[in-house]
Amino acid sequence: MDASNLAAVWLTLKLASVVTLLLLLLGTPIAWWLARTRSWWKGPVGAVVALPLVLPPTVLGFYLLILMGPHGPVGQLTQSLGLGILPFTFPGLVIASVCYSMPFVVQPIQNAFEAMGERPMEVAASLRASPRDAFFSVALPLARPGFVSAAILGFAHTVGEFGVVLMIGGNIPGKTQVVSVQLYDHVEAMEYVEAHGLAGGMVAFSFLVLLALYGRRRLGGWSP
Amino acid sequence: MNVPFCKFVALAALLMSATLARAETVQVAVAANFTKPMEAIAAEFEKDTGHKAQLSFGATGKFYAQIANGAPFDVFLAADDSTPMKMEEELLTVPGSRFTYAIGTLVLWSAREGYVDDKGEVLKKGEFKHLAIANPKTAPYGLAAIQALTRLGLLSALQPRFVQGENITQTYQFVATGNAELGFVALSQVFKEGKLSGGSAWLVPASLHDPIRQDAVLLAKARNNAAAKALMDYLKGEKAARVIESYGYGR
Repeated sequence: MDASNLAAVWLTLKLASVVTLLLLLLGTPIAWWLARTRSWWKGPVGAVVALPLVLPPTVLGFYLLILMGPHGPVGQLTQSLGLGILPFTFPGLVIASVCYSMPFVVQPIQNAFEAMGERPMEVAASLRASPRDAFFSVALPLARPGFVSAAILGFAHTVGEFGVVLMIGGNIPGKTQVVSVQLYDHVEAMEYVEAHGLAGGMVAFSFLVLLALYGRRRLGGWSP
Repeated sequence: MNVPFCKFVALAALLMSATLARAETVQVAVAANFTKPMEAIAAEFEKDTGHKAQLSFGATGKFYAQIANGAPFDVFLAADDSTPMKMEEELLTVPGSRFTYAIGTLVLWSAREGYVDDKGEVLKKGEFKHLAIANPKTAPYGLAAIQALTRLGLLSALQPRFVQGENITQTYQFVATGNAELGFVALSQVFKEGKLSGGSAWLVPASLHDPIRQDAVLLAKARNNAAAKALMDYLKGEKAARVIESYGYGR
C-alpha cells in the first residue's frame, strides 16, 4: 500500500475513534432521555436524531457546507470566535460525522435502556441509591450490550461515510482525505490496482466488524 | 373482439412503429462542466430532429468505468481527449467517430465582486485561506490549473491552501458558497450570454496551460442508432457552435 493510502487509512481510523468517543458521550444522555421521557418532544427529537438514516448523505453534506460556510449561522459563530470556518478541516469532519452517525449510536443505547424497564431503577432507589449512583452502577452495566453495539456501529458507519466528507472535506491529504474518498479518487483516475487494495480492505474490515457484532450475540454475549 | 376495433388497434400500432422508427432516443453521458450548454443544445436538437436526447451528467473517469462495464450510453462527451482516446484503443467506440466538440477555458473565479483582479495578481498577494481546484488526477480543469500555477511559479507556495473538488461542479460549489475565497473553475460555469454571471474573475491565458480539448465519441453499441449519429452531426453544426461559444468555450 502506498504512503497516501496509508495516510488515508490512519486518518479514517482517527476520525472514527474521535467520533465514536464523542457520540458515546453525547448519545448516552440523549438515549436516556428518549428512553424515559413521556414528553411531547420525544417524537420530534427522535425523528431529528434518525434523520441521517433517511437523508442522502450528499443532502446532509450540502446543508452542512452552507451552515458552516462563511455566510451560514454556524460559520458566523466560529468566525466570531476567531476559529475561521469548519469545512476543509478535521474538526469540521468530526462535527459532520457526529451528526451523520448519531442514530447508529443513540438507537442501540436507547433500546437497551428501554428493554431494562423502570424496575431496576426503582429497586435501586428503594435501596437508597441516589439517581446518579443508580444510573452509573445499575443502568449503565445493564445496558452494556447496547453500548457495545452502539460503539461498533458508530465506528463502522463513520469509516464507511462518503457523501458528507466529499461535500465538506475538500480532499486534503492527511487532513480530510479519508479512505472512502481516496478510493473514489482511484476509481475516477482509473487506478484500479490501488482501488482494489483499498476496496478489498474495506470489505474485509466491514465483514470482521459485523462478525464481531453478530458473532457476539450468537455466543450469548448478551448479559442478562 | 369486433373487427373495426381490431383494425383500429392495427392502425395505431402501425402509426406508433412508424414514429418510433423515425424518432429514436439517444442516451448521452456528458462531462459535468458541459452541463449547461448541453442542456441548451439538446433542447434545440430535439426540436429540430424529433429525436430524444436523454442526458446524464458526471465525471469523465466515472463514465469511463461505467461504459467499460456495459453502461447503456450511446454518445460520450468527455471533459478531456485522453479518455476518449483510451476508449478508442480499447474498442469501446465506433472507429473514426472521435472529434473535439469544445475547447475549455480556465478561469480564476471568486463569488465576491472585485476580489479577483483581471491579471490574477490576487494569487501573488495570497490573502486567502482556501484556493479551490478540481482534482488534477481526474479533472482536466484541475490539471490545467496546476500547469498554470507551475508556470506562474506559485505552485509550491499555494499548494497548502488547496481544497479539491471531485469534479469541476463541486469545485464551483466550494467557491459559490464562499467556503473557498476563490478557485479555478470552467468559464462555462460562471459565464452566461457573453458575460460574467456574478462575482469576479481572471481569464487564465491559454498560454499558461495545455489546451483543454473535450472530445466526443460514438460508443460501439450505438453503431446503428440513428439518433446517436444525428446528435454527433448536430454537435458539429452551426447551431451547436453558437451555443458552445456563448458559454465561453472555444471550438
